[in-house]
Amino acid sequence: MSTTVRARVRPPSPSQQLRHQSRERLPTRLLAGRSLLYAILVVLAAIYIAPFLIQVATSFKTDVEAASNPISLLPQTWSTAAYEKLFLNSDFPVWFKNSAIVTIFVTLGRVFFNSLAGYALARLHFRGRNVIFAALIAVMSVPGVVLLIPKFLVINQLGIYDTYVAMIVPLLTDAAGVFIMKNFFESIPTSVEEQARIDGAGTFRVFWSIVLPMARPALITIIILSFQGSWNELSHFIVATQSPELTTLTKGVASLASGQLSQGTQYPLKLAAAAIMTIPVAVMFFIFQKRIMNSTDGAVKE
Amino acid sequence: MSMPVRTSRRSSIRGGETASGWLFTAPMIFLLGLFLVIPVLMALWVSFSDWSGRGSPFSGAVSFVGFNNYTALLGGGGLAEQDFGTALRNNAWYVILVVPIQTMLSLFLAVLVNRQILRGRGFFRTAFYFPSVTSSVAITVLWLFLFSSTGAVNKLLSFIGVNGPNWFNDPSGILHNFLGLFGVQTGPVALTSNTFLGISFWEWLAGPSVAMTAFILMAVFTTSGTFMLLFIAALQNLSGEVAEAAVMDGANGWQRFWQVTLPQLRPTLFTVLTLGLIGSWQVFDQIYTGTQGAPGKTTLTPAYLSYQTAFTNQAWGEGAAIAFILFVIIVFFTLFQRWLLAERAVSARRMRPYLHTPTSGGSQ
Repeated sequence: MSTTVRARVRPPSPSQQLRHQSRERLPTRLLAGRSLLYAILVVLAAIYIAPFLIQVATSFKTDVEAASNPISLLPQTWSTAAYEKLFLNSDFPVWFKNSAIVTIFVTLGRVFFNSLAGYALARLHFRGRNVIFAALIAVMSVPGVVLLIPKFLVINQLGIYDTYVAMIVPLLTDAAGVFIMKNFFESIPTSVEEQARIDGAGTFRVFWSIVLPMARPALITIIILSFQGSWNELSHFIVATQSPELTTLTKGVASLASGQLSQGTQYPLKLAAAAIMTIPVAVMFFIFQKRIMNSTDGAVKE
Repeated sequence: MSMPVRTSRRSSIRGGETASGWLFTAPMIFLLGLFLVIPVLMALWVSFSDWSGRGSPFSGAVSFVGFNNYTALLGGGGLAEQDFGTALRNNAWYVILVVPIQTMLSLFLAVLVNRQILRGRGFFRTAFYFPSVTSSVAITVLWLFLFSSTGAVNKLLSFIGVNGPNWFNDPSGILHNFLGLFGVQTGPVALTSNTFLGISFWEWLAGPSVAMTAFILMAVFTTSGTFMLLFIAALQNLSGEVAEAAVMDGANGWQRFWQVTLPQLRPTLFTVLTLGLIGSWQVFDQIYTGTQGAPGKTTLTPAYLSYQTAFTNQAWGEGAAIAFILFVIIVFFTLFQRWLLAERAVSARRMRPYLHTPTSGGSQ
């Protein structure tokens, strides 16, 4: 690999003869270096992608074939039994519905509350702002799993255990998201909103119709993070609910996996469930792919 | 004359800001206060109480038991201490292996896909990042299949003549297995007869179990993409000038990476190590979905033990105590690592002028 770099950044040789010389040596070294680079990348990419291909392929196999031939990407006999069972003979549709409900409300809530708080912390001058900000940083450093028992205690005490309220409300804002919005609002110029204020617009109006539309990139980041975060959330739902009607995909698929682990079979069913629950985040990922990778691609073009 | 006018106008603009400032932050303060700050305080009380999960933890029937829950875990001599020691052992090995491997791998991937000449960069980045967006539950289900006794991994191993282990049902520690290859089956008496947290030193040194190793591979698989993005962003913010100067000085690619690029990546490296450390002490989803601590409690982690102790065994005080000890562990390691890296940064910066002055002087 180092040879590739050295060859590439070599300054252009001044004389014809030198260039001729280097041209004889360069291509082979360059070719060898590049082939090695691509070989490594292709192998690594195959390792990263293969599990997902195997997942989808296995979900269309029969139980017997999944055990006897776990690696082939084309089932010998195509079977949609796993999907039929999931959608027609299990609680899977309920799980999916619950995950969707929670994800939609949490994402909307975070977009609104995070940007509201982020704007206040970035732009509004008020007594107590620094204290709030310091508290926010402190809260951010509390590890999530430490909160399992505490969250249950409060949810139980409030009498909202096993309700949608308990599933959604505690997730409606997150410290990291507020932090992202605050940083973003600090980076945009103040001139526009000051003008609007001089023209007599109230604080909320300035925020809602002038600042928020300018914050689209940061809002998309919040949407991506909260969508992914609430769709994939498991531990909060474990401590907030118990009834089957409120089971989300994560909780449901986890029970599917652990409940029947001892039997060792039904892999097509489990993998089909896992594959379906991956689809929404995958779609989200491919829609916003440029945005997720933005810091990287944007910088290259300069 | 213009001064007072400006101040008065400004103050009128800033007029209602205190009210709206509090109003704007009120939902956040309410939600985080109610579901983060108050819960932590409540749990702190529970960790010092004998609450059994019935009724309110503040009712008269619940009494203060001091540090009883903590001492039961840290020196009670019973099952609680042994389980806690086992969970700490398991998670410590997990951290020791996951954090360095994921950091090195993500840096390696970032350097590979950051090349300007590379075709299909977008494809490779997507491939490496995709596992990071999927849910831990879905990945665990997939992993249970891939690493089952008749799964894809063992099938692959059989192609090269290796008889793969029954991954998620194998409680043997990999270091013990390695020593077993040389005929070492039992440890020296000094290690087997002395214990710490109810676990003999020989057991502490068992290494992660084969089952835990599968989880370690999974963690590396799912997190390397995220950290790769952080490294790519950092690599692209580096100025080309320093690298160019190094080229002029005749440094080869290897030297440039270690002595020019890596020192400049120090802040990102710090972020990645810190996030990795915090994340890998909180193993919960995988264990809940996959093994529930089995086989032989070798995939038990403090996070899962805390949940199990409270919700399954109804020993709420002890469960809360485990959570707070885990909290302290995470804070301790984060600060320790910050101290370690900061110390090195200063000394390296002090060294640099002395090391590089002659070379750079010569090239000009």
